[in-house]
Amino acid sequence: MSLGEFLLVAVLATPAVGAVLVAVTPRDRAARLVGTAVAGLTLVAAVLLVSGDRGWSAFGPAPAVLPWHRLDLPWVPGLDLRFHLGVDGLSWPLVVLTALLTVLCCGYTVWRVPAGGTGRALVALLLVVEVGILGTFLALDLVLFFVFFEVVLLPMYAIIAGWGGEDRRRAARKFALYTLLGSVLLLVGVYVVVAEAGTADVAALTGGTGLSRGTQLAAFTLLAFAFAVKSPLWPLHSWLPDAHTQAPTVGSVILAGVLLKMGTYGLVRMAVGVAPEGARWAAPALGVLAVAAIIVGSLVCLAQDDLKRLIAYSSVGHMGFVLLGVATLTATGIQAALIGNIAHGVITGLLFFLAGAIKDRTGTGALAELSGLRETAPRLAGLLGFAAVASLGLPGLAGFWGEAFAVVAAVGRGGGLWTTLAVLAAIGGALTAAYFLRLLRQVTHGRPTPAVARVAPGLAGAELAAWTPLMLLALAVGLVPALVLGFAAGPVDALVGVLR
Amino acid sequence: MSLVQSVDNVALLPAYLAAGTAVLVLLADLLLARAGATVAVAAVGAVATVAGAVAVGAGETRRTFCVGADCSWVFDGRSALVAAVFALLTLGVLGLSGPLLGSGPTPVGEYCFLLACSMTGGVVLGAAGDLITLIVALETLTLPLYVLVGLRRGSLASAEAAVTFFVVSVVATTLTLLGAALLYAVTGGLHLDRLGALLADARDLPLTTAAVTLVVVGLAFKVAAVPFHAWAPATYDGAPVPVAAYLSTASKLGGVVALLAVVQRALPADVTGPVLAALAVLTMTVGNLVALRQRRTVRLLAWSSVAQAGYILAPLGALALAAGRTGDARATAFAAVVGYAVFFVTLELVAFAALVALRPVGADGGSVDDLRGAARRHPWVGAAFALALTGLAGLPPGLAGLFAKVTVVRSVLDGGAGWLALVVAVNAVVGLAYYLRLTATLYASPGPAASVRQPAWTVTVTLALAAASTVVIGFAPQLVLDLAVR
Repeated sequence: MSLGEFLLVAVLATPAVGAVLVAVTPRDRAARLVGTAVAGLTLVAAVLLVSGDRGWSAFGPAPAVLPWHRLDLPWVPGLDLRFHLGVDGLSWPLVVLTALLTVLCCGYTVWRVPAGGTGRALVALLLVVEVGILGTFLALDLVLFFVFFEVVLLPMYAIIAGWGGEDRRRAARKFALYTLLGSVLLLVGVYVVVAEAGTADVAALTGGTGLSRGTQLAAFTLLAFAFAVKSPLWPLHSWLPDAHTQAPTVGSVILAGVLLKMGTYGLVRMAVGVAPEGARWAAPALGVLAVAAIIVGSLVCLAQDDLKRLIAYSSVGHMGFVLLGVATLTATGIQAALIGNIAHGVITGLLFFLAGAIKDRTGTGALAELSGLRETAPRLAGLLGFAAVASLGLPGLAGFWGEAFAVVAAVGRGGGLWTTLAVLAAIGGALTAAYFLRLLRQVTHGRPTPAVARVAPGLAGAELAAWTPLMLLALAVGLVPALVLGFAAGPVDALVGVLR
Repeated sequence: MSLVQSVDNVALLPAYLAAGTAVLVLLADLLLARAGATVAVAAVGAVATVAGAVAVGAGETRRTFCVGADCSWVFDGRSALVAAVFALLTLGVLGLSGPLLGSGPTPVGEYCFLLACSMTGGVVLGAAGDLITLIVALETLTLPLYVLVGLRRGSLASAEAAVTFFVVSVVATTLTLLGAALLYAVTGGLHLDRLGALLADARDLPLTTAAVTLVVVGLAFKVAAVPFHAWAPATYDGAPVPVAAYLSTASKLGGVVALLAVVQRALPADVTGPVLAALAVLTMTVGNLVALRQRRTVRLLAWSSVAQAGYILAPLGALALAAGRTGDARATAFAAVVGYAVFFVTLELVAFAALVALRPVGADGGSVDDLRGAARRHPWVGAAFALALTGLAGLPPGLAGLFAKVTVVRSVLDGGAGWLALVVAVNAVVGLAYYLRLTATLYASPGPAASVRQPAWTVTVTLALAAASTVVIGFAPQLVLDLAVR
């Protein structure tokens, strides 16, 4: 077994074994510490995955997918399912982001357990969710991808239903049913492909070789629908605000930070890669929906009166930019989508941490009852300002690249439709700025309300420890986008190469 | 030509063992008159039947009672799988019945005897090569259950359930027999393979459509397919919980095996296909929608098992479109049916075992609210119950159920019935709604503290073994799929 294979297994096995360990550790606090340590080990393994031959200098025509490391074992031949993992520039940044956010959430849970259940169970569930998400990003087999896609669903349901807010049962149920609808369509789409191609190997399937046009259209429709529910793309987004509002802080962070990325990653790697003909056919529709999501998301945010709900709806808009980038089917667009994915994960993760902190301190998330935070808690208000400005896409911070280049890519496509979409998306970007500034004015400025007046100025060490890495990453990715794009350029070029 | 047939007794070994178990149980009850000994004899007999089925099935396909090329008894790999599963289910239900039998009013000897008789029917069913053997085996499987369902003495619901079950089942058998008689009148054959050849050769024989429909409809009653399902919820709910477990696993499996035998070998796919596709769609949709509204646990499980029957029928329905296709797609579909059925009965047994463990001895299934917070009082039993429910919903951590769902969708798509795959997919979402409700109730914060009561050891052992096998086939579904293909 080579080092790469070992690392691939370790990235999945560590949190899986860790979840069991956490569940059987007798003392609650000890269990939470064990969970954090396990998540830390997973992060180390995930980062080490970068150590491999990333050369794209091989002779002959470049393959559409060239993983740095791969592991290919038979699992269920009767269902065309192989345990086939691999990591490349498309997936590695997301893998690291997932591992990082899980460490931060587990660490945060050591410090504070939300009401509803034991911290031990929460940490164990977080680790199981991590296994599912990492597996989804690493899978190079369509069926395996589907299996991991499903693994995430019930643990996430349990996190929302167990540790959530007032109306958690309904929100959790809505989340589970919506996402299951997405994943069963994914199942049908996967086997539409596998039944015709006779293989589920993503590397072999990328480029749509061996699939008729009809199959590609059907497969892309099913897969795109499945990923649109998860991403979520307007008008299939309505589970998201409820789930976010009710979920505990760590649940929201994972949900917004990496769970939604399973949809956009799947769209790029599976839907576009496996059925390029279908992607070309559906691209205009996808682009229109993406821009609709940007505009609708922004307008809803302008009228939103709840902090967590506003951030949740802002995700709809941001994911709209990501999907717009994918829909252009150009190298610039897909790179914009990838960096947008990472930036949204980092910044929205941070925003949900901050929103959770504000809600914990004031006991309310209603914007009307929050104002003057900078009077009582200037540091918290400052951090919120930083995150909001990053999220609205200020140049120099992470949020900028994804949004700007999605618009650039749409303009680059040319033609009336794409130019109109680009203009509308740019207007959406301006609206994004408008609602975040409105949020800041409302929450940080003004005279402190009674709820805010109670807030103590200090921040706990655990909070700072959880937030600092995200702030640094937002800054780093903003200043040096090559951190993400450098890895992604090769795979994206190869993917766009087979699209033509 | 000798008038005395040579009989391959080795091929018949599993049936001998099963029938011998029934006789020995009766003798043990008569001579030893001790409850423990009787149950032990039945359990040992079931284990011996499993061993016999595995030993015989591991070799070549064995045939006996042949007329020319047609044989009434064909014991192949799939027969062995079916026989072994029936015997294991019997063993499991015996384990679940431990507290019920120990508590007094239920007559132990009769109970075990009837269960062993039913097992014999199941073992014979898998190897049946002609319509008469098939129907007699199915009746041997069902007949003892009329009595078992009515065994909760002093319970009106139990008596009602038994009568409902009896009447419906007899009508169903009559229909099947009428269909078989018509087929005989038309073709002059009763052996499944011979019927298949005759019907394939002469497409326009009179009455075949009516005859085929009657056979299929009669068998559809046994699997509780909509619109022939109305008996199932009332019967399951009235019966003692272990017997309900047997009804929803072994009895349902019997219907599936019988249906599979006639559809695969005897009846023309272009007639059965549309009927079965319609039955599948109706069954899963109605089953899931009605299950949404159930407040009683066993009724909820009963309706869910109606819906599951729909998933089992779906690959057979897809054959309507695969009629002119390769034998490959047909083989996939049949293997998918067997595979799904095995995954399903395992999960269903775990669910019922957990329910037995959580309920007081001799009680009925109770309402869903009675289970509130049960998983917090009994973490292991609750975890097994949740595992089974998520599996029935087709989601991890119930990997066995996930792969069952995958098997069905794959075979339906191989048959070219994309629309049916979408129906299955949407139904899976509806199904999750009530499985989630039940699972969430298990983990809800408990109401007034009920006393924590340890389940009987036989129940615990059964539950542990069943749950362990669910986990094993969840990680290695190929084990089941390999056996299902043979």
